[in-house]
This record gives sequence, structure tokens and C-alpha cells, in this order.
Amino acid sequence: MKFQSPQTVDDAIAMLAADTNARVLAGGTDLLVRLRSGHISPSAIVDIKHISGMRDITQEDTPEGSGWRIGAAVSCAEMGEHAGLVAAYPGVVEGAELIGSTQVQGRCTMVGNLCNAGPAGDSVPAMVAAGALIRVAGPNGTRDVPVLDIPVAPGKTSLTEGEFVTSVFLPARPDNASDAYLRFIPRTEMDIAVVGCAVNLTLDAQGTVTAASMSLGAVGPKVKQVDASAIVGSTCDDASLDALAAAATEAATPIDDKRGTIAFRKDVSGVLAKRAAKIAYTRAKGASA
Amino acid sequence: MAKDEFQTREFKVVGTRVPRPDGLDKVTGRARYGADMSAPGMLHGYCLRSPHAHARIVSIDTSAAEAMSGVKAVVTRADFTVTPEDQGTRDILDNVMADKKALYDGHTVAAVAATSRSAGMKALKAIKVEYEVLPHVIDVDEAMKPGAPELHEGRSQESVPEGYSQNVLARSQYGHGDIDAGFAKADVIIERSFTTAATHQGYIEPHACLATMGNDNQGDLFCCTQGHFLVRSTCAEIMGMESGRLRVTSSEIGGGFGGKTTVFLEPVALMLSKKSGKPVKMTMSRDEVLRASGPTASTSIDIKIGATKDGRITGAWGDFRYQSGAFYAMNGALGAMCGFAPYDLENLKTVGWEVVTNRPKAAAYRAPGAPMAAFAVESVMDELASSIGMDPIDFRLMNGAEEGTKSAYGPTYPAIGLKATLEAAKAHPHWSAPLGENQGRGVGCGFWFNFGGNTSVSLMINPDGTVSLSEGNPDIGGSRASMSMMAAEELGIPYRQVRTIIADTASLGENDVTDGSRVTFAVGLATIKAARHAIETMKARAAKTWGIDADAVEWVDGAAQPAGPNAGKFPPLTLKEIAATMSNTGGPISGHHEANAEGAGVSFGTHICDTEVDPETGAVKILRYTVFQDAGKAVHPDYVEGQLQGGAVQGIGWALNEEYVYGEDGTLQNPGFLDYRIPVASDLPMIEPVILEIPNPGHPYGVRGVGETGIVPPLATIANAVSRAADVRMTSLPMSPPKLLAAIKAK
Amino acid sequence: MSRIHVNTTVNGDAVDYLCEAEDTLLDVLRDTLDLTGSKEGCASGDCGACSVLVDGRLVCSCLVLGAEAEGRTVETIEGMAEGDTLHPLQKNFINKAALQCGICTPGILVAAKNLLEKNPDPSEEEVRYWLAGNLCRCTGYDKIIRAVLDTAAEMRGAA
Ligand SMILES: Cc1cc2nc3c(=O)[nH]c(=O)nc-3n(C[C@H](O)[C@H](O)[C@H](O)COP(=O)(O)OP(=O)(O)OC[C@H]3O[C@@H](n4cnc5c(N)ncnc54)[C@H](O)[C@@H]3O)c2cc1C
Ligand code: FES
Ligand code: FES
Repeated sequence: MKFQSPQTVDDAIAMLAADTNARVLAGGTDLLVRLRSGHISPSAIVDIKHISGMRDITQEDTPEGSGWRIGAAVSCAEMGEHAGLVAAYPGVVEGAELIGSTQVQGRCTMVGNLCNAGPAGDSVPAMVAAGALIRVAGPNGTRDVPVLDIPVAPGKTSLTEGEFVTSVFLPARPDNASDAYLRFIPRTEMDIAVVGCAVNLTLDAQGTVTAASMSLGAVGPKVKQVDASAIVGSTCDDASLDALAAAATEAATPIDDKRGTIAFRKDVSGVLAKRAAKIAYTRAKGASA
Repeated sequence: MAKDEFQTREFKVVGTRVPRPDGLDKVTGRARYGADMSAPGMLHGYCLRSPHAHARIVSIDTSAAEAMSGVKAVVTRADFTVTPEDQGTRDILDNVMADKKALYDGHTVAAVAATSRSAGMKALKAIKVEYEVLPHVIDVDEAMKPGAPELHEGRSQESVPEGYSQNVLARSQYGHGDIDAGFAKADVIIERSFTTAATHQGYIEPHACLATMGNDNQGDLFCCTQGHFLVRSTCAEIMGMESGRLRVTSSEIGGGFGGKTTVFLEPVALMLSKKSGKPVKMTMSRDEVLRASGPTASTSIDIKIGATKDGRITGAWGDFRYQSGAFYAMNGALGAMCGFAPYDLENLKTVGWEVVTNRPKAAAYRAPGAPMAAFAVESVMDELASSIGMDPIDFRLMNGAEEGTKSAYGPTYPAIGLKATLEAAKAHPHWSAPLGENQGRGVGCGFWFNFGGNTSVSLMINPDGTVSLSEGNPDIGGSRASMSMMAAEELGIPYRQVRTIIADTASLGENDVTDGSRVTFAVGLATIKAARHAIETMKARAAKTWGIDADAVEWVDGAAQPAGPNAGKFPPLTLKEIAATMSNTGGPISGHHEANAEGAGVSFGTHICDTEVDPETGAVKILRYTVFQDAGKAVHPDYVEGQLQGGAVQGIGWALNEEYVYGEDGTLQNPGFLDYRIPVASDLPMIEPVILEIPNPGHPYGVRGVGETGIVPPLATIANAVSRAADVRMTSLPMSPPKLLAAIKAK
Repeated sequence: MSRIHVNTTVNGDAVDYLCEAEDTLLDVLRDTLDLTGSKEGCASGDCGACSVLVDGRLVCSCLVLGAEAEGRTVETIEGMAEGDTLHPLQKNFINKAALQCGICTPGILVAAKNLLEKNPDPSEEEVRYWLAGNLCRCTGYDKIIRAVLDTAAEMRGAA
């Protein structure tokens, strides 16, 4: 196995294109575990952390306002330490910050979480609910794709030869908007989500939800976008939250495994949907105050 | 030793909280654990393990691996040509290297020694094993049924009745009185069935060893173990060598809890070293630890208890079915002995079953067999108390065992501390603190025997007046400090003047394993007696110096003093002064004690726990936890507290989230700390320890072992708390959120 | 296979070593540099026994490649005491019996020191969450958490 650490995006593309059995290394918190257990044996490791821009969090202007670009090698701890990003997308950051321990936080990235393509990645549902765009660089140039287009099946992504992700873009959004992510785990830390749920919503001046999106993790082969119209037009009263919960339970298509049963995951999808919506709603109201 | 001697004694060192002698090494990273030693020219050894739960090994071809660069030795069962005489040791050999069949997922079938990890890994891949996969069985009740896939032939003992599969290896029975008559007198009878999942000790240090063995049949072994003397005898028998030719040195040990009371890698490393002619180091990965070391039994238990309306138990019955993996282990019998041990029962019958399944051979885990039994019995006790409207502590007090009670396993108790722990629990503010919504409080009791056993200790008086103490029991939780304290106490010198080390197998007589909560009791006893032996010699030297009779000398505050008619005639001679002149008064001075210690003194504990249940997800939070345990005499209170806290938290893990999860194919689904969920710091509150001191008449200072009892009550205590918080009786462990939520929804 | 030459700083000293691409920083520390104070409890990021700081950031050294240490600064348990003067956490871990077997202790000390540098006045809950990736099976965490909180108070008092 070779270890390479390119300084530019083009060098990285060239290295990845030259060796189809090469693997991108970001924080390594998935990759190194698989390497040590013998699950993968790549011929080369391409460490993207020294490419300029990969470790930056920047604001980027768009016609809709100012959005956030997060480099592919930004660690989740660095996201949590960035006050501006936390204020703008508390749900995305809390998803990222739930990954692993303090030690894992210092290394792991959202993009690694996404490209690992596990059904239970904690940072993915909030990115989906936020409508984030993933920037992919490759031999044929750069493209921006929706989050859900990256994973195709557990452990498999849509990235083609020589391609890798360079950043995540979180779009600008109005003032009265916020998001939240909750997961269920048996312990308080150090577990993989049994169910994860993110809700992203926008309110009008009266506190009525004008737009909402929801997404569920660990209840299907990949993260699911779920219809959240049940709370649109409401003030997140109990009846509309119950309807949202029912939609989540209905949409969940989990399996029985060592971490949970089908019935449990379906039930808890609804519970988390309700609870996450409430938190996002409170935040959005606070954001407007 | 008269009973009142220790009770009136005023201790100077014992009972204080001194810093431990190995502390500095452990906070600076200098301490050497199993994997921290290396040797020049050392090779690295790796095991090839069965991917099947049950399979006949048709053939093993190691030729390709042997031919690879960097590979220095490959061993299979064919290299182990000696058949140990003892059945237990034959089982250990079959466990460390599969014979004709692989009996569980992870069972070692071959091993290699290579110059690097990568060479070793490649060699493992190059070994070709042809398996014929056989049907397997994982569940204890399934394994007992006639027609179940059978692991062994002709191994069932005579005690097993007709009508069971050959997986049932033994049945044992305990009790007294007439249970039918007892139940006939009951106003209320509750009968329930329980299950508990297998758990693992979860020590953070994986098994590791460094073996050097030559073709002169002499060997050296450095390993993390709870008992290097046992490692020596077991390995010597397996290797077909005399035990005097094998020296075993114990490393610092990174936790054991019973799981390091046998061997796994050691004989394999010795064989690889013998074959390669080089030192071989082996360490297990976490995956290997979970798949192939020694977890606990899983159980299926039925309990029936009857009581009168005013709270007197009239009859009790229990059937304890334990599977202990692929080989015999005594676990069900221990459950049958311990479950009802806290109670004074007129009519009792219990039966214990030992069953084999396609899982790794169970090893001890803190009070082996007892926590599951206590879970079942104490759950029914709780329900009974509720159904007759009695406070659960009062109900236990009314039926609690005390001095003179005939125990559930036969003997009559001497002075014991069960009721003291119950009274202390009842009087503690925790018991009466208010509870909020979805919260519940549970109480549970537990018992463990404690052991004494073979012990050999040497205590040397050094020329400068310091004292060196050699003991033969690996120190897991601060026992070197306790030994130094007891030696200092007895000699009448400051703690700092004594240094205790763990000697290797060539330096002391036989010592049993660090288990059975025996060390502070038995090694402490031997230390005190070794000190007394040295004191006798020092008194004789002083007498010689003074020219008086040895029995006219007393030992007071670290010095010899003339006594009786000579009192005051000579100034006292301190230990230091006697040491300084010892070469002129007869040569070196040391004290020894060797014995098979008896009188360990049984131990009881009572725990209280508050939980909060999330009724929508089944998540359980531990809000408050208090442990009450009788320590006899707490030599070093900090480390006694540590044992109680650690035991309670292991019990919390067992009760809530820890379990061996097997797939349909009989392979372990969660061989890592991510999915084998031991409690993390953020899961827990502080654990309040309350130490009671009801002196053990069998020890000069009244010491009882404290290491194991702490894990016995938690499973029941938490189950009782959760059952009250969720208002549904939980009879299956772990009470993981999916299980609890399903129970809540079904009520 | 040619090995990789790495120049780095470990506990303040310039160090260079050769490693294979798949060697983790933990492998290098333990097997090449003889710094066996960092322990391997899992090699998968779950136990924290291998905790070290890389450029001041707390990480599991089993989840870092040895090659990644090029140009970085690495701090391990061996560098925690200054000469024979123990760090207050080390002193308190001994005096307050915050260890039993001690295998988790190096990782916990490294993690706790990093916490107190970032947050000199953590709450009990903050300490518990910060250390959630450091498994201890012996103590039930009680005395560890107390030792960290007491040390924090002591260090605030001294500052
Ligand atoms: C102890 C522990 C606890 C964990 N807990 C959680 C948890 O709670 N929740 C959770 O979701 N996950 C958890 N994980 C998994 C892991 O930490 C996360 O998935 C993490 O976000 C991965 O990020 P990384 O940067 O470390 O990825 P890496 O390991 O570097 O990479 C992961 C995969 O993505 C690929 N990749 C990385 N970056 C790119 C890129 N820019 N372009 C293309 N491909 C790329 C890699 O080649 C690799 O296949 C845990 C892991 C550990 C060890
Ligand atoms: S060894 Fe690195 S976290 Fe366990
Ligand atoms: S002291 Fe043993 S694991 Fe922490």
C-alpha cells in the first residue's frame, strides 16, 4: 500500500484516476477501522487534508443570500467550534457533532460520513433536510449534486473513477428558519444511530410553518427524505406533530438487526420526528426574535 | 485468634487511604502490561480462527504459509502431541487449539509466527482449512432438548436424568425441608421464568503474552493473567514439560474480573516459540477477545416463591439452566447455591444445570453464576412484596439470613452482614427520597461465598530497616498497597517502609489465582503471619543482644522491648536497629507463611437504584445508585469503594445493554466495543458506596473479600427499578430499549 | 515494499522514523519509538486507551496513520510530567484512587488534560461527555470524574 498526500485537487484526481484501488483518506475514522480489520485492502491511500481549501469553512454569496461552504476535510469538532456556522445551521452541526467521541470528533468529517455510505451516518439526514449540495471534482471537471445522489447502497457511492468530494454547500435561507437533528442510541454516546431524524423548517412572521423538510437515517438502505407537509401551515401543534410522526413511521422501512427491531425503529422514527420538529420550531422562532 | 481481638484493635495504617506503590508507574505510562514487553529477535504470533459455529475439520494445509517469506512457524493441533491427564486441562487444550471439530465462531484452528504483522496476516490467509459445516445450537433451552445438535459424546455425568440431549453435562440439587408442604401454607405464590444474555468481563486490556521456549524444554512466559502459577501448571501439562522448567512472570494486568483465570494464547505462543526457536509475542484483537475468550453463561431460570400474607416465606423453588459455551463449566450449580443464599428458608429446593452450546467456553466473571440467579430470585421477591403490600426492604429483613441460619447451599452461617446492609439501606436518605414521573426505585440483595486458597508470602527485613514483601497474586485493584499496609500495621512501622512486589513462579510457593475475592483476605492473612514470623525472629535477635530469654521480649510499635521481670532494663531496639546488626546476630531475617487459607467469610450486599424510563422509546436512565456492602474490615477504603462502584457499573451494563448477539449462522454479530455496549462515563451518575464492617471471624483484622459481591445485586435492583418505573415486569436481560418499549406497548 | 520516512515532533523532541503505509500512529509509538504508555484496547477508536494529542487536538492514535504525523507535533502520556514533577491530574489520580488496573489511565489523563486546557471549569456532565470515548471497566468512573473535577478546582485556585 502507498501513502500519498497531494497538495492540489488536480493532483488528487490524477492519483485517484491512476489507481482505481486507491482510497481517499479524510479523518480516517471509518477507513482505518476497515483497513485494520482486513475488510478492505486498498493499493493506495490519498490523504486530502493538505489540499488548500479542504479545511476551510467560508461564507459564499448566492442570489438567495449567503450560504456556507464546508471543505471536505473540515473535522466535525471544527464545525462545532465555528460560531457562525452553528448559528446558521444548528441541526447540521449537531448531527456532525454527535459522531463518535471527543477523539473521533477531532478527526471525522461530514463528507467521510457521507462517502462511507452507511445507512446510519449521523451527519447525513440534516444535510439532506437542509438541501445541501455536494461538490464533486473529477477528471471531467466539477459538478454539484444533491446529498442523496452520493450514496447508492450500503458502502457504495455514485462517485466514478478519479472523483472525490471537495466540499459541502449549505444554501442560504431566510431568517425565520432553523433545523434540528436527533438520534436514538441505547447509550448516551459511542453508539451508531438506531434511528436518526432531521427536520428543517421555515416560519412566517406569525410563527406558521411555511416550508419543512424531514429526513430519516438508519431506517432503510440509505438516508430517506420524508414528506413533512403535515406541519406546513401549522404552528407545530400536537395534532400536526402527530401527523408528522405518523408520516415518519409510515415512511420508515427498517430491518431487524443487532441494533434494533423493525417495530422499534418505526415507532421511534415517529417519536424523533415530533421531538426534532419541536426543537427546530423553537429555534426558528428564536432566530426571528 | 479470639474473636474480640480484632474488634477492639486500634489500627494505625489499616483503614487509611495511602497512595498505592504502583501509582506513579501507572500515571506516567511506565507500567508494563501484557503487550508492553518485547524481546530481541521476537516474532509475532497470530491465530487462524473458525468462521463457523460448528464444523468438522476435514483437513488443514499449512504448506503454502510455511513457505512464505518471514513466516517462521505454523502450528496446528497436530503439534500438541501430549494428552493432558486431567479432563479440565484436556478441555483447555481443546479450547485453545481445536481438535477434530471447531466448536464455535472464533475457535482457533491454527497459528503462525512471523517477523511482522503483515507477514503474519498473509500467512493466515494462505492456510487452507476444509470444513464440513455441522448444525449448531446457541440457546440453552434448545441445547437441552433431545435431538439438538450435540457438541460432545459421552460427557454427560450420571446426575443427568434420561430425556435430555448429550449437551446437558451435569445436574445438581440443593435445599432442605419440604417445598410442597411449604407452598401449601402460602397465601400468595408467584412463579416466573427469566432469561439473561451472555455478557463479557470487558477488561480493556486484551490478552497478551511473550513466550520463549527452547528445545531444551525450558521456558519463560510473560503474560497478563490473574494467576501465573495456574498458567504455569496448565501450560506445562499441555506442553508435556515439568512445571519447574517453566517460569511465568505476571505483567501488570489491565483488568480481568475472572476472565484471565485460564489460558488462551499462552500454550500456542509457547508452541510457536518452541517450533521457531525464537521468542513469540501474541496479543488478541478486541474481536478475538469477544469471540474467543471466556464470556459468562447465558441463562434460563424458573423461580417460584410462596409467602403468607404477613410476609413470611413458606416455600421456594428454583431451576437454573446455564449454558457455558463449548465445554463444561460449573455455573448453574453456583446459581442454584447463591440465588436464595440471602434468605432464611424452611423449605427450599434448587436445581442447577450445566449445558454446552456452540459458543466460547465461559470463564469466571465476578461471582460467576450468582448475578443471574439473584436477578431471578430478587425479581420474584419484589413482586411478592408488592402483592402482599409490604415494603421490599421489610420483606427481605423479615426473611433475611443471619448468624445461625441454615444457608441455601447447606452450611450454617457464622456472623454475617446481610441484615446490616438492609438496615443501612432502609435508613439511608436514598430510600425515602421523592421520585418523579416515569421514575422507579428498586432494591436487591446479593451473596457471594469468597474463597481463601493456597497462598505463599515472603517478607524480607532489609539491612537498612526497610521491608520487601513478595506475594504471588497479580494486583488488579490496589492489593499491593493493602499488603504493604497490613505488613506495616503488624510490624508497627510506617507504610512507606514496606514495598510489595508480585514475584514470579520460581520465587514463591504455589499461589492460587487472584479470584474468589481471595487476595486481601488470604494473602493479607499470610502477610500478617509472615510479619509475625519475622517479629519472632527479631525478638530472638534482641533477646540475644540483651542476653535475656526470647519469650521475655515483646514487640511494641515497631520495636523489641524487654518485658516481664526485665521490663525497662534495656532501651527498646527498633526494627531498623535490629536490621542493621542482623549479620552479627545470626544473619538475614525474613518471615514466611504458607497455607491453604480457610475462613474466607461470606459476603452480602444490598443495592438501591433509581431509574427513569422514557415511555416513548424505552430508554432507561440511571438517576441514582447506592451500594451497601459488608467488607469485614476495609483495609484501604478507597479501593474497597472502587470495587463496589466498579461492580455496580458492570451490573448496570449487564442489566441494560450488554449482550452477546448471535446470527442465524451462529456467528457473533457484535464483536467490538461499538456494539458490545459497556457503560460509558456519560451514562452514569456517581455511585455512592456505603461500607459496613461486620468483622470476619476468620481473619485477624476481620477482613472479608469485597471484589465480587458488588456485581450480584445490580441486575435485580435495576430490573426492579425499571419494572416500577415502567409499570411492567421485566423478566429478560438486557432490558434494551427495543425490549422495554415492546413490553410497555404490550401492557 | 519501501517504507515511509517521517519527520515529526514527539513530546517536544524532533523524531524521525520509518513506517509502512498501514502502520498506525499507535503502532509506531509502541513498536518503533518504544512509547508503550499509549495502550491498544480495541484498535478501532472505541476505547480511547490510545489517546494522544496531534497538533493539540485529542485523537485516537489507532485511527491515525503513522505517515500522517509528518510535520506534526504529537504528545503522549510519556510527556505529561515535566521531569519528575507530575501534572496535577497525575498526582490526583494517585491520591484519589482514580485508577484500579490502570490500563485506561494514560488515555484518560491525556484526554482530561486536554479538557482542562480548553475548559478550566467543566461541569460534571461536561467531564462525563468529554471522557465518553475513554472506556474504564474497573472504576465505574466515579473516582475518575471526581479526580478531574477536583484537579480543575485546584488548578483554578492556583492560577
Ligand atoms: C468510535 C467510533 C464512533 C463512531 N461513531 C459514529 C457515530 O456516532 N455516527 C456516525 O455517523 N458515524 C460514527 N462513526 C463512523 C465515522 O466516524 C464517521 O462515518 C465519520 O464521519 C467518517 O469521517 P472520516 O473523515 O473519518 O472518514 P474516512 O474514514 O476518512 O472516510 C470514510 C470513507 O469515505 C471516503 N471518503 C472520505 N472523504 C472523501 C471524499 N472527500 N471524497 C470521496 N470519498 C471520501 C473514504 O475513502 C472512506 O471510504 C464512528 C466511528 C468510530 C471509530
Ligand atoms: S485502541 Fe485506539 S481507541 Fe481503542
Ligand atoms: S482502571 Fe481498569 S480500565 Fe480503568
